[in-house]
Amino acid sequence: MSALSDQLVTFAILAYLVAMISHAVEYALGDARRRTAAAAPARELVGAGVGATGEVEPPAADDAPPVRDRVAERGRLAGRIAVAVTALAAALHLGALVTRGVAADRMPWGNMYEFVLTVTWIGVAAWLAVLVKRPGLRQLGLFLTLVQVLLLAFAELKLYTEVVPLVPALNSYWFIIHVSTIVFSSGIFLLGVVPAVAFLMRNGYEQGRRSFPYTLAKRLPAAAALERLTFGLHAFSFPIFTFAVIAGAIWAEAAWGRAWGWDPKETWAFISWVVYAGYLHARATPSVRRNVATWIAVLGFLTVLMNLFGVNFFFTGLHSYAGI
Amino acid sequence: MTPVDDRPAAPPAPAPRRRVNPVLALLRNSWRQLTSMRTALMLLFLLAVAAIPGSVLPQRGVNPERVDQYFVDHPEWAPRLDRIGAFEVFGSVWFSAIYLLLFVSLVGCITPRMRDHVRALRARPPAAPKRLERLPQHAVLAAPAAADPAAIAAVLRRRRWRTEVRGNEVSAEKGYLKETGNLLFHTSLVAVLLGVALNSWYGWHGNRLLVAGEDNAFCNTRQQYAEAKLGPRVDSADLPPFCLTLERFEARFLESGQPEFFNATVSVEEQGKAARAADFSVNSPLRLDGANVYLLGHGYAPVIRYTDRFGRSQTSTVPFLTTGDMGLTSEGLAAFPDANVDPKTGRRDPNLQMAFTGLYLPTAPDSPPFVRSQYPTERNPALNLIAYRGNLGLDAGIPGSVYKLDQRQVDAGRVKQVGDKLLRRGESWKLDDGTTVEFLGTERYVTLSVRKDPGSTLLLVSSGTLLLGLMGSLFGRRRRVWFRVVPAGGDPGNGSPTSGSSLVEAGGLPRTDNPGFADEFTQLVTAVRGDAKPAGSREGAE
Ligand code: HEM
Repeated sequence: MSALSDQLVTFAILAYLVAMISHAVEYALGDARRRTAAAAPARELVGAGVGATGEVEPPAADDAPPVRDRVAERGRLAGRIAVAVTALAAALHLGALVTRGVAADRMPWGNMYEFVLTVTWIGVAAWLAVLVKRPGLRQLGLFLTLVQVLLLAFAELKLYTEVVPLVPALNSYWFIIHVSTIVFSSGIFLLGVVPAVAFLMRNGYEQGRRSFPYTLAKRLPAAAALERLTFGLHAFSFPIFTFAVIAGAIWAEAAWGRAWGWDPKETWAFISWVVYAGYLHARATPSVRRNVATWIAVLGFLTVLMNLFGVNFFFTGLHSYAGI
Repeated sequence: MTPVDDRPAAPPAPAPRRRVNPVLALLRNSWRQLTSMRTALMLLFLLAVAAIPGSVLPQRGVNPERVDQYFVDHPEWAPRLDRIGAFEVFGSVWFSAIYLLLFVSLVGCITPRMRDHVRALRARPPAAPKRLERLPQHAVLAAPAAADPAAIAAVLRRRRWRTEVRGNEVSAEKGYLKETGNLLFHTSLVAVLLGVALNSWYGWHGNRLLVAGEDNAFCNTRQQYAEAKLGPRVDSADLPPFCLTLERFEARFLESGQPEFFNATVSVEEQGKAARAADFSVNSPLRLDGANVYLLGHGYAPVIRYTDRFGRSQTSTVPFLTTGDMGLTSEGLAAFPDANVDPKTGRRDPNLQMAFTGLYLPTAPDSPPFVRSQYPTERNPALNLIAYRGNLGLDAGIPGSVYKLDQRQVDAGRVKQVGDKLLRRGESWKLDDGTTVEFLGTERYVTLSVRKDPGSTLLLVSSGTLLLGLMGSLFGRRRRVWFRVVPAGGDPGNGSPTSGSSLVEAGGLPRTDNPGFADEFTQLVTAVRGDAKPAGSREGAE
């Protein structure tokens, strides 16, 4: 069972890679078409915040030659294939998690390897859910699949651990409550950083920047839609993360004899929480520009990553179950 | 999210041309600065940054040994870092200053908002704007089912809107939950801080090791703890009196040596109650009146009997500390400073004191070297002892560890090694001077943390309200709608279409970012209208 899980992970990574390439093809073909369609000004969707969606199919160029149309059609097809392959990858990924859990006879969150596997799956599942509601955001898939490939390959190469049962300290229903919510909120934060970065690039592009990272944003959905998605994901995830931290404290009281002891993981959870609270405040403050607020969200994700990887590698603490 | 002004500017008071006291002005300005959102943001950011050294550098409260190690490794830097509190970040002046300022800012920020909110809760929904068609949502209904203001208000109230009828107009508002939640959330933060303060002022905790057996019972007094910390408002006399005896300790391990299950059985005597047996374990502490007992670790205590030259035996049960490997290899020291006291004269020769340092291997390998246990339970127990004779230095009053031989005495030649031997359970070893040492067996021991955290309940409750408030705050949506009934043939507002008999004009205003408002508005209008479609309803932004 455990070997099957490992194979499924490998296939899932390959599938994400294919999806990423497919997204890139759509991107490139779209670019080709765009060059002919007279640089149409980006449609502003900021208006009043009501009914704004992410639908930004680029305006069809009426006067474009039929060849270009075929290219565009092929681009859209590539995009659709990319989404289908992403869904397939997510299914394989889920299979890997389930088989791993069956092999270990417990939830597959016992060490860092399994943890990353689950967080990335949550990220991609939430992405597919977002796509159902906002198909126009499809191009973001390029970034998401890139993140998936990087994280999963890293997990596979650097973090891989054999299946073992839980140590007694983890053997508690709090394990499921605390870890599932941490994994879930981390997965949403992971997804949230994709539109956040995309917004930062797109926003620069819309403000007329034409230097390197901003030019990548040419085909991205409108900045306002990206910003809105960024906020939505973070607002959704933050209370769950808060709950997870509280549940962790309740568990720590029972397991370690104190609710909060500034163990490195606890410290970084605190830091992440404060940074995300800072993001929500910044976004609610009109005098703080949206791109500044979004940078804070990106920073928040860096602190989450730090907690996921850095703390396990650099510090020792009570959360030393990572199995590396 | 409500866009929040940096601080609702105080309404420009009719400036009395009087000289303002500059100190007062400065104070007022500072206060305004401190309670501004910008300052709160800066302080939040600072708080996050200030917490980082707490994870990078070892902390006394978390791991004092690693702090000592840091002093050894970085003799240059450590004292300087220590001076600025870098090893006790979370109790340091600068960390405290940041969060105290933040909380002052927080209180300063929520108090006026609380007042405003109570006012808003009592106030009636405001009168309709003159031109409803200017609102983000607008619809005109011809001959709706509910055509008089009272009926419309009833429809709205059924949907839990707060309504107010003024003549031919209905004003309605909904979504106060957002601000209520937000205030609840921020107030809960203050309560969390209070809980933390209660814990540190009125709480106490101590750690100790408890060996199994009647003779090793432990009673809860300050002296019985290896290390204890009492909050500034706690006195040694405040520790609740109870006694614990470890009856049994069970541990199960997987074949790999990974622990699977722990359980400690103790007998508990509390004041005024009969002794009772209780089990506890990792994840399920022993909850007593006035304190909780947590199982932190466990190990073996070899029982060693030494018979001196006068034939007098002493038995010692010495907890050996685990060295951290999977097999529970443990090391320790059995000291017999009172050995070889001449029973006739009662005189003690300080140079004939005995000590044994040793490694205990619950599962010794089949062949040497016998330095590492292979499994955590006692499958093949062996005790590897080194005997020392001489002045152990315990009389000199130099504080030494009970787990380690005083190396200074060894280096000075006052204590000499007199041999080593591997002992199985029940074996004895005759030393060069004819005295014997026997390894009788082992007892289990557990390491315990005993604590009282009086703020826990407050912390738990306020975390709950914090979460509730947060959800209300993030997902609540404040919005208003107005309906105006225009009598037949009348002029509804300005230039809106007029036809038929009785017309109802409706407008809606989302007061917060609210993508679902258009749908909600349409549904409301449909409900007011009855079943037919709203006439000329307009959706979307201006
Ligand atoms: C201990 C420090 C603080 C923390 C951890 C904190 C946390 C939060 C969080 C997580 C939110 C998000 C909830 C939401 O978006 O509705 C929030 C909202 C808010 N906070 Fe704070 N806060 C703190 C201090 C302050 C201070 C000092 C102020 C006043 C200057 C303040 C004013 C606000 C306001 C006005 C909102 C509402 C934003 C909105 O309308 O959505 N907070 N706070």
